[in-house]
Amino acid sequence: MVLVFVETEGTSLKKASQEALTYGADLASKLNTECSAIAIGSESGLENTGAYGASKLFAVSGAGLNEFTPEGYSEAIHQVASNNNASIVLISASYTGKSIAPKVAVKLSASLTTGVVAMPNTENGFSVRKTCFSNKAFSDVEVTGEKKVISIVPNSYEIKEFDQNAEVVSSDIDVSSFIKSKSVSIDKVQGKIPLTEAELVVSAGRGLKGPENWGMIEELADVLGAATACSKPVSDMDWRPHSEHVGQTGITIKPNLYIAAGISGAIQHLAGVSSSKVICVINTDPEAPFFKAADYGIVGDAFDVIPKLIARAKELKAS
Amino acid sequence: MNILVCLSAVPDTTTKISFVDNDSKFNTAGVQFIINPYDELALTKALELTEANGGEVTIITVGDASVEPVMRKGLAIGAHKAIRVNTEALDGMHVAKCITSAIEGESFDMILTGRESIDYNGGQVAGILSEMLNMGLVNVVTSLTVEGNTITAVRDIDGGRETVSANMPCVISAQKELCEPRIPNMRGIMQARTKPLTVVEYSDSYAETKYTGYELPPAKQGVKLIDAENAGELIDLLRTEKKIL
Ligand SMILES: Cc1cc2nc3c(=O)[nH]c(=O)nc-3n(C[C@H](O)[C@H](O)[C@H](O)COP(=O)(O)OP(=O)(O)OC[C@H]3O[C@@H](n4cnc5c(N)ncnc54)[C@H](O)[C@@H]3O)c2cc1C
Repeated sequence: MVLVFVETEGTSLKKASQEALTYGADLASKLNTECSAIAIGSESGLENTGAYGASKLFAVSGAGLNEFTPEGYSEAIHQVASNNNASIVLISASYTGKSIAPKVAVKLSASLTTGVVAMPNTENGFSVRKTCFSNKAFSDVEVTGEKKVISIVPNSYEIKEFDQNAEVVSSDIDVSSFIKSKSVSIDKVQGKIPLTEAELVVSAGRGLKGPENWGMIEELADVLGAATACSKPVSDMDWRPHSEHVGQTGITIKPNLYIAAGISGAIQHLAGVSSSKVICVINTDPEAPFFKAADYGIVGDAFDVIPKLIARAKELKAS
Repeated sequence: MNILVCLSAVPDTTTKISFVDNDSKFNTAGVQFIINPYDELALTKALELTEANGGEVTIITVGDASVEPVMRKGLAIGAHKAIRVNTEALDGMHVAKCITSAIEGESFDMILTGRESIDYNGGQVAGILSEMLNMGLVNVVTSLTVEGNTITAVRDIDGGRETVSANMPCVISAQKELCEPRIPNMRGIMQARTKPLTVVEYSDSYAETKYTGYELPPAKQGVKLIDAENAGELIDLLRTEKKIL
């Protein structure tokens, strides 16, 4: 069995979890086995797990599972995986997933592969593609363990819908003796698309001269329904929050569209964004290295170009 | 406080990545190795904590003798001593086993690592160590304080931040913003030469994941330039040519 850990947001399955489930369903059918989902604590939004490929949903709750802890969640997944003979556990490489995948792997004595971006090749063993060198390259990894834990990079696998319902298996377990940390408070950025999950991203760099000029970047992001990002110096100078810093030492993203204004395209910046499907670069300097990595380029002043993009996007939206 | 910091040596961030032997090995020719940037933050934070609370910082690296200059830099920044596990690092599980074997019998209040290394980007070692050593884990941490036996950490979560408390001993992985990295000064560099760097052996080279081949991302077809005067056309092209808006 392939077991997929899923998370919900409000009343629906997180997009990254829908991707992981689709990946799990496709992998299960390749291996002639079935795909099940495991959800912890939450109740709403889970009726959709069938639609993304799960034939069974293990809904687990109980003492120690009311809030996220790496210990509690990994123990719950471990128990369900062991009791149901899961050979592969899939976990999205969200921040939550990154905290639990290694622990689940140790508990299950499984091989661990993180940062996976494609379906495994199972013709001759089990080989799977992952990113390495901070998105500057890919590597194929041969995985020999009988049990495997795999974490999948968000936005790597296309979501499919399946015509099926998942059978819900609820269970109550007590993992409180495993818990070693406690949540004190949670501070969620309201109403913003998380950068790692965003399909469209508008980003800007030092070329924007100062934090007061980000209004137009936010406006463009708003009309397009995009998330905002920035280069490292911009977050270092506190023009923008650190959570927007993309690149080799920031967040790596792979949206469908990345628009970069006033960013030179240094190798460390490109490392974090070059997997974007379409890259558009706006820069006054025709020699800016970013143009070499771009699909579309506009040699021009961002202060002049961005308002034009906003205007056209609004026009098309209205029509 | 007794703190262990896991340091890995990684290619300098400006490295142009290429491969040799039929794309089966990373080409290290001419590559400058540095302390993994996140590990550098972990080290600096460890030093801040021991300066405030007393104690020692030990750095540990898995690798052959070629990683020693990078370890000496860690000592120059201020670590008190160093352990090198003399074997090739194979994967996250293997590295964690090397580390637990090397520190057997010692006790640390905290293990600090980077949130991931910028070469293989596994982000595995902190989690594996916490499980193998039965310690608490706070991953991807941007702020860390210690009071008595309790730590309070702020960690990145999807779409925000969470403040977490845990008891020591625990494993913490460092994210940008945790602190400002330190540049070693002359005195540090001089002292580093005589600080203890112990080499230990680990002979088990079992690993269940193996890097078999590498590939660079496909090159872009070439940029299509749009006149700045008609910049709005970009929006139309994204719709019609790329079907993404
Ligand atoms: C260890 C290390 C790690 C790093 N990690 C990262 C990382 O993760 N992410 C990252 O981004 N950087 C990283 N960097 C920094 C990187 O090397 C560059 O310095 C940085 O990306 C440059 O940011 P920028 O493009 O915003 O600024 P600049 O390089 O200053 O470029 C500004 C650009 O704006 C253009 N411009 C100016 N005015 C206008 C205008 N009015 N309209 C349009 N264009 C204009 C200029 O032509 C120029 O190309 C790292 C560096 C090191 C050493």
